[in-house]
Amino acid sequence: MLHETSWMAVLVFVVFAGAVLAISFYLGSKAKSASGYFAAGGSIHWAVNGVAFAGDYLSAASFLGICGMIAFFGYDGFLYSIGYLAGWIVALLLIAEPLKRLGRFTLADALDNKFNSRGIKLAAGISTLVVSCFYLIPQMVGAGALIQPLLGFPHYVGVIVVGSVVTVIVMTAGMVSTTWVQFIKGTMLVMLCAFMTVLILFRGVTTAPTNANGQPIPIMPRDVPLATVVQTPGATVMPEEAGWQGKPYVRVKDAAGVVTVWRKEGDKLSRAQTLTVLKDGRKLANGLPQGKSAGQTDLLPVGYASKLPGGEEKTGPLGPVAFLRTMQESEVILWSSEKITEADGSITTVYYQRPATGTDFMAPGSSPTFRKVRSDKFFDKLDFLSLMLALFCGTASLPHILIRYYTVKDQLSARKSTVVGIAAIGFFYVLTLFLGLGAMTSGMLDVTDSNMSAPLLARSFNEFLFAVISAVAFTTVLGTVSGLIMAASGAVAHDLMTNVFKFKLDEFQKVRAAKVAALTVGMLAIGLGILFSRMNVNFLVGWAFNIAASANLPALIMLLFWKGTTKQGITASIIVGMLASLGWILLSAQAYKDVYGLDPARAIVPFSQPAIVTIPLGFAVLVLVSLLTRQTPKSAPATANA
Amino acid sequence: MAGIDFKTPVPQEKEDAAVVAHNSRMGVLLFVVYVVFYGGFMILSAFAPEVMSKPFLRGVNLAVVYGFALIVVAVVVALAYMKVCRKNQ
Repeated sequence: MLHETSWMAVLVFVVFAGAVLAISFYLGSKAKSASGYFAAGGSIHWAVNGVAFAGDYLSAASFLGICGMIAFFGYDGFLYSIGYLAGWIVALLLIAEPLKRLGRFTLADALDNKFNSRGIKLAAGISTLVVSCFYLIPQMVGAGALIQPLLGFPHYVGVIVVGSVVTVIVMTAGMVSTTWVQFIKGTMLVMLCAFMTVLILFRGVTTAPTNANGQPIPIMPRDVPLATVVQTPGATVMPEEAGWQGKPYVRVKDAAGVVTVWRKEGDKLSRAQTLTVLKDGRKLANGLPQGKSAGQTDLLPVGYASKLPGGEEKTGPLGPVAFLRTMQESEVILWSSEKITEADGSITTVYYQRPATGTDFMAPGSSPTFRKVRSDKFFDKLDFLSLMLALFCGTASLPHILIRYYTVKDQLSARKSTVVGIAAIGFFYVLTLFLGLGAMTSGMLDVTDSNMSAPLLARSFNEFLFAVISAVAFTTVLGTVSGLIMAASGAVAHDLMTNVFKFKLDEFQKVRAAKVAALTVGMLAIGLGILFSRMNVNFLVGWAFNIAASANLPALIMLLFWKGTTKQGITASIIVGMLASLGWILLSAQAYKDVYGLDPARAIVPFSQPAIVTIPLGFAVLVLVSLLTRQTPKSAPATANA
Repeated sequence: MAGIDFKTPVPQEKEDAAVVAHNSRMGVLLFVVYVVFYGGFMILSAFAPEVMSKPFLRGVNLAVVYGFALIVVAVVVALAYMKVCRKNQ
């Protein structure tokens, strides 16, 4: 779908970004020391840090990806919400205090606390870089995906704008300005989502949604006999040719030569939408050139309930429980798509209606990602279990989250700020289900782009809300990306340059090295964001969690709870966990399909999410190598030190 | 002011080994409780999806109720942990 440029959104974003930059420059002039740059001098109040945790953690993927996935497929998107939040329990109960107790500034420092080993610093520094870069990709892709429909600029402009603004923020005042960006963003995001949820509940669910101006959204015809479709004078059914052969579609050409596509369901037809990319790059929407001028058309917005409980047409305002119950007892028109190659080589994507009952889409397994959970084969369920494990274990292994623990003054503050973080993040994730379901029935969805669901939901209320939510979504990207660049620049300047390669740098030079590293990582992030523009944002985040959990968690946990851990064991487990999970991902069906454009059936590994194999592998390698390299044979073997 | 090389000692809070051990034990205990609860959700979703789609509480199905419960229990566990933890003197 084409979206009109919202100058209001541009204005709101410019004001946000300007304010954030101003704060950044102001603080930058005050924070000159290294500990100020890397950890805000350990001086941040626990409540601010707690909200900043939320701002750091609630990424574009959480906000846009989860809402989009729920709006398109239902409950399955909420599985991510659950997993992302549950991971904080690992962070709070097992990791937070010991990490703070080790009294250092980067993940590598914490892991290396007892050993002073260059091997650990090198391995942990590299794993921080790899995880941060993997996590950066979806954030940058998300930024590009946002700017396209909002401002009408191409994808790469969004990537460059976000990349540059964030790099400036991180370079001016490091952790201090990063914290304030995250605090502002966390507050705004959670409050706005709460406000939107209230609006959704107040509106209720209807089978005939209207847009913000009160105009009805067109309802696509369903279950029409073929005779009715070709009733109009001059309408003819086109022959099944090329890619259309054997497919359940009927193409009808009208007197003016415009082709509409219908999907066969038994002997009835339901209207489909098509987007054709011609060989010269021009696009046809529903058979006409895509555009807003005369003689042009665009894909129609969708998203409505087709049946409400008790045959009602409109529920009116609902309480939260009643809203969920109503969705469960309703039938909603969801949309699926299929690609067809035409005789002349152009590609048509057909978007067709898929009525889904609440009992179906309000339970796990309704989306393509998790469909296999409903299969009878045990092996098929591993992908789901593996992802849920990765989300659970990944949070406490994310370097950009862990470094926040060094910005507060003591363990009590670490604990308190985690609790504030969990409360804010948990509240947000509860809201995602309402936002997603609200978008599903908002009548404003873009069938081509699930990531736009949340901003379009706001547009169904009014333009100003759309402008604000778009600007906040953009700020969301800023908050998370600044944390990631911060983590990566710390890994380069502190772990690798100072501790591994032993550069002799004074304090001023070290801060400068970190700033140069931030600039480099920022540029790299821009490049990667442009390169991977076609990938599904939420899926990429899932992968980053897999790598983080596989590389870092075994080392963190065993260091804290097993006295027999050796430096060789830690180094080996980080390297093996990282390479195994990265390798697995690169050989998975999803990578074959989305990255290389190969047939996913030829993928070497049996499922896409490696965590269920590679986390245990990391633990096994650590224990094995530690036992082999143990120096005092009489020391106690594996016992959990509670 | 600590240096970037972190060789300069960061002001460390005083620690009591007994307090650390107590807090750590409480953390592991609560962690096990949550893991069992989260594990139950994973197992049910993977092996009994039909149970998850049945109405469970006030007409809302088990998948939604259990999902919300996982979030609420996380907050409760976090508060409980705050309560049982001892402070370093």
